[in-house]
Amino acid sequence: MNYNKTNNFGERRLNGEDKEEDDDDDEGNGRGMEAWERAYADERSWESLQEDESGLLRPIDNNTMQHAQYRRRLRTLSATAATSRIQKGLIRYLYIIIDLSRAAGEMDFKPSRMVVVAKHVEAFIREFFDQNPLSHIGLVTIKDGVAQCLTDLGGSPDSHIKALMGKLECSGDSSLQNALDLVHDYLNKIPSYGHREVLILYSALSTCDPGDVMETIKECKKSKIRCSVIGLSAEIYICKHLCQETGGSYSVALDEYHFKELLLEHAPPPPAIAEFAVGNLIKMGFPQRAAEGVISICSCHKEAKAGGGYTCPRCKARVCELPTECRICGLTLVSSPHLARSYHHLFPITPFEEVSPTLLNNSYHKLTKTCFGCQQSLLHSGNRPTLRVACPKCNQHFCLDCDIYIHESLHNCPGCESLRHSKPMNNNE
Amino acid sequence: MASAPSKQYSDDVSLLMVLLDTNPFFWGGTNTTTGVLSFSSFLTHVISFLNSIILLNQLNQVVVIATGFNSCDYIYESSTSEAIIVNSDNGQMPALCSKMLQKLEEFVIRDEQLSKENSPTGIVSSLLSGSLSLALCYIQKVFRSGPLHPHPRILCLQGSPDGPEQYVAVMNAIFSAQRSMVPIDSCVIGAQHSAFLQQASYITGGVYLKPQQLDGLFQYLTIQSRRLVPDMGMICTPTDPHKPNCATYP
Ligand SMILES: [Zn+2]
Ligand SMILES: [Zn+2]
Ligand SMILES: [Zn+2]
Repeated sequence: MNYNKTNNFGERRLNGEDKEEDDDDDEGNGRGMEAWERAYADERSWESLQEDESGLLRPIDNNTMQHAQYRRRLRTLSATAATSRIQKGLIRYLYIIIDLSRAAGEMDFKPSRMVVVAKHVEAFIREFFDQNPLSHIGLVTIKDGVAQCLTDLGGSPDSHIKALMGKLECSGDSSLQNALDLVHDYLNKIPSYGHREVLILYSALSTCDPGDVMETIKECKKSKIRCSVIGLSAEIYICKHLCQETGGSYSVALDEYHFKELLLEHAPPPPAIAEFAVGNLIKMGFPQRAAEGVISICSCHKEAKAGGGYTCPRCKARVCELPTECRICGLTLVSSPHLARSYHHLFPITPFEEVSPTLLNNSYHKLTKTCFGCQQSLLHSGNRPTLRVACPKCNQHFCLDCDIYIHESLHNCPGCESLRHSKPMNNNE
Repeated sequence: MASAPSKQYSDDVSLLMVLLDTNPFFWGGTNTTTGVLSFSSFLTHVISFLNSIILLNQLNQVVVIATGFNSCDYIYESSTSEAIIVNSDNGQMPALCSKMLQKLEEFVIRDEQLSKENSPTGIVSSLLSGSLSLALCYIQKVFRSGPLHPHPRILCLQGSPDGPEQYVAVMNAIFSAQRSMVPIDSCVIGAQHSAFLQQASYITGGVYLKPQQLDGLFQYLTIQSRRLVPDMGMICTPTDPHKPNCATYP
């Protein structure tokens, strides 16, 4: 087969339902939500209508529904936490390839595919570093048939986001092969303990390649690079083939919400990593912050810099940013806050329990009136108590929004932290 | 359309979350490390400072959370209280002052009663992880309130030493603040530096202060606060090289 010409691999999707059945084929293990579990925006809201005791229809509470979904997810998460804990310390090297060919300018996603992709990539990058504190991301764009490296592999979310936001324009064709060749060269150089991954956000329905893309796919497979693709238009054979060959996942986003979900599924380490890097101990150094005013040669910029930066404890080379790998002696350099970022994976907080409606109705005069976390009122107008959750350890009550924030971002129970006798906080069961 | 900023703030309006260290073992300790500063004169400084912030812009909000030895709690919320009209004639600030002091007193008594039940064994730290977690929950509520909301900052007025057992929780809170782009400023009034708060301010892009002289704390806070609260820039001399710090991105 020869892919010299621009070939069109697109098969237009017929309708949404067919698509979902296809998706279920791809191993299914990582897909958090089935179609029937997804949040229904407006089009299917009748399905959740309920009657109350007197036979009248209850108003649909979207918040409550989303919260129920979130709790389901939390439960499955904590069930698998025991097995997945071991993977969290692994170091991933991920290139995100963003297709900025002319197809990215299409407006089926509002305001355009490109803007939607950039918005969610920003959120993804932050989430990724939260879940993989020692890992690295690099950004590559495809435009006018040429792949360009936007940022080198690095551990600082802000520099990636800044670079991406500055380069948001699209034109020309897309080239899968050029992009894969580029990242293959980079990823081949990283140390063997690192896990090599590529995530392609593909808008185009075709690829304009200089040579045989099949050869490039073989190379990626040989170098153990896991390639995943999220399509924005329709399923493309060559993308599916790429993912199958390299052990990645392939999916096509139906809408913006679906795209966001698919993208965030790539933030936790993929299941295969555990086997890939079992018992591979990694030597790490905790470098000293260099004293102000000292002039030293920076190993990343290859020029003299005054003050700032860090000094490798093994070879005394200077680096600008952490985490990184010493360019001189190859030691992995991290700062203790980087390690601290992974603590919440080691000490997950227990899920909160819903306060049962009977308890709410019987004794609400004794219940607290506000959320312990944010002081939001927990009463409806008319003094009826709203749905609330309680921490099983400290018994404080929280609103549903705080529940989500506490478990997804804060990773502390404010109630438990505000009580001295609830320490020590060995909260893993 | 090209760049999509993740947060929008209403210009010039601040939400200042003040975390007050009320640890009785710090304020009442026999080996007082606070020099001349007593708890009541400390409060006088803090209240003058909070008033100066509300005076600058009626829309500015102030929330005070007490960081106790056994517990933490909300002490004061300017947004829910009756309109605060600072009466400049008699130089008093009735609403803020009396309400806050009353709740603070209740809190300190409750907090001390808890330590009678389980007497302290050597640890004299206050529950910084608790008050930081509360402040972050409150800020999330403000973020949820709509696309336009005040500029949130956290100011820790901390005297007690760090509690090593809180390390994980404090770091979790710091990272969550960083992700929400909330700067944590700190003013340490104890004898030693606080490694927790140095980390917090460094990681979140906040300001870390450790004043040498405590009797001029109010002046110090007010002068420094041009870095803490954007508005405060206007009370600086025009030749001041420090621009009001409006960008809160770390
Ligand atoms: Zn080195
Ligand atoms: Zn709440
Ligand atoms: Zn709790």
